[in-house]
Amino acid sequence: MQTFAYLLKRIALAVLTIWVVITLTFFVMRAVPGGPFLGEKALTQEAMDALQAKYGLDKPLPQQYITYLKDIVTRLDFGPSLKQRGRTVSKIIGQGLGVSVPLGLAAAAIATAAGLTLGAVAALRRNKLPDRLIMALTTTFVSMPSFIIGTFLLYLFAIELPILPANGAMAGGRILPIVTLALYPTAYITRLTRSSMLDVLGQDYIRTARAKGLSGGRILFGHALKNALLPVITYLGPMIANIVTGSLVVEQIFATPGIGRSFVSSISNRDYPMIMGTTIVLSVLIVTMNLLSDIVYKLVDPRIHFK
Amino acid sequence: MEDFQPALREETATPPTARSDSFFRDGAVRLRKNKVAFTAFFVIILIVLGALLLPALWPYRYDQMLGNTPGKPMDPSFNDLPPFGYSATEYKKIEAGEKVFPHIFGTDASGRDYFIRVVYGTRISLAVGFFASIIVLLVGLSVGSIAGFFGGKTDLTIMRIVDIIYSLPDTLMVILLSSVLKSALSSAFSGTVLSRLGSNLISLFLVFALLYWVSMARLIRGQILSLREQEFVLSARSAGAGAFWIIRRHLIPNCIGVVVVSTALQIPSAIFTESYLSFLGLGVNAPMPSLGSLASEALGSIHSYPHRLLIPALVISLIVLSLNLLGDGLRDAFDPKQREF
Repeated sequence: MQTFAYLLKRIALAVLTIWVVITLTFFVMRAVPGGPFLGEKALTQEAMDALQAKYGLDKPLPQQYITYLKDIVTRLDFGPSLKQRGRTVSKIIGQGLGVSVPLGLAAAAIATAAGLTLGAVAALRRNKLPDRLIMALTTTFVSMPSFIIGTFLLYLFAIELPILPANGAMAGGRILPIVTLALYPTAYITRLTRSSMLDVLGQDYIRTARAKGLSGGRILFGHALKNALLPVITYLGPMIANIVTGSLVVEQIFATPGIGRSFVSSISNRDYPMIMGTTIVLSVLIVTMNLLSDIVYKLVDPRIHFK
Repeated sequence: MEDFQPALREETATPPTARSDSFFRDGAVRLRKNKVAFTAFFVIILIVLGALLLPALWPYRYDQMLGNTPGKPMDPSFNDLPPFGYSATEYKKIEAGEKVFPHIFGTDASGRDYFIRVVYGTRISLAVGFFASIIVLLVGLSVGSIAGFFGGKTDLTIMRIVDIIYSLPDTLMVILLSSVLKSALSSAFSGTVLSRLGSNLISLFLVFALLYWVSMARLIRGQILSLREQEFVLSARSAGAGAFWIIRRHLIPNCIGVVVVSTALQIPSAIFTESYLSFLGLGVNAPMPSLGSLASEALGSIHSYPHRLLIPALVISLIVLSLNLLGDGLRDAFDPKQREF
């Protein structure tokens, strides 16, 4: 019952957050001189007409807001793009996601697998060479913004030793963006796993398992790793947020035709409906992933009680 | 028999008590023992001093296009010089026996000395990190201590707002706000002192003041909640002290360790955010450079001039890494309980 109440509360917060994002996006955009749909530059007549008809720009603000909200909730409709003629924001976002989601998922999978392995190795070889090496590397990588890692990799593997293409649209061109996106989460998960592993290895039940003669492997996989995984689950949500924001610059660096790249170009050419739409879609993605990782955490470990 | 001899005078004297160290002294001693953190501290001091002093000593200015001299035609030989390269005009001067100050990192596409641009960019990035953290500190400290001390409905309302802001995807909101504020503020500020600072920089600070204070507020609230039940607060209350007096004089000084540590760790994350936004074209206004905008500009010419990208990238990494290491060291020295992993 308590779990159920927690779930309800958590879902309510997520829905509220998404509503705040949409509302904030809509009203903040009103601060743009001339309004978001008109901008400062002259529009093509057709885009202007489409916008006028769509949002009733002559109507009072609350009514426009309700139309905007309703279109999003019922039809995922964010209106037409200002700069890409004849295409709707939803369509551009859909195409971008088709490229970016596989990229992000690959990065997340690699980061989780590599992070868990490296973290476990570091914990088992505590204060020995592998541990020190892993810790030094991860400390460096958590201090490097993704665009720095990206540019270094680009320089190293695409220019100095040209073994991989610099352009993300080419064959094999997805390798560098995926690696760039994965490095920070890998470093983070490694450190997280290492510390929770060390914590678990010091527990009494591990000593008991050892005392009753279980093999090292059984202890590691049957007892230690399972419990050490818990804190890592809480990071899965933030990891997605990290990969999403990272992809904005990474797709820029490697010229990958994903949602990050179209978002950045919409910022520089002030395609406001596009900025609004992408912000909302990506926010929903991040908030949902945070929600899921919280729920999974709660379900996996019934000992955890939230207030 | 010896055991029953009367005690000598020296033996009966009260043993010299160890000098009682102040909180900061104690922490500083612990920090000095941490070699990594201490090295990081020196690196930061060097970088800060360099960023503050070098622009005054350097013969070139960060926005000075060396090929442009008033009254003369543009001299393109100053543009895109390699590190330690000289322009045609400068070679003539050198042949004539004059001394020309070298362009250590060469020049950029507009003929500006790249070394001084990197130094100036470092200064901007450091300043953004520092002031943004101060803003976060002030907002977080006041909101957090009010919520923690007054409790009840005040606390509940504040913490609900904190919850929502906390669950907002911060980077996306920063991008949204900066991209809007950029155009909204530049028209509002044109002609005032603020416009020199640049609308982007102001919107960056605004965004930090609006969004990034929540973690600090949560932290402070937690500290205040446990502190306010202690006897010294009761004693201050019974002596007739007002709420804000107690917060200011008794509660905040008691959580100073937590505050110092999390402010120190906030600086690299602010620098991180600034460089990220600059890289997306939402950072400081041209011609002012920041490390992120220098890297972003250099991305287009990475094939011909990779050093222009690598230098600011290395400097950012060095700054963020040493600030992180120093922050970790401060945490271990002043507030070991806060250690995450």
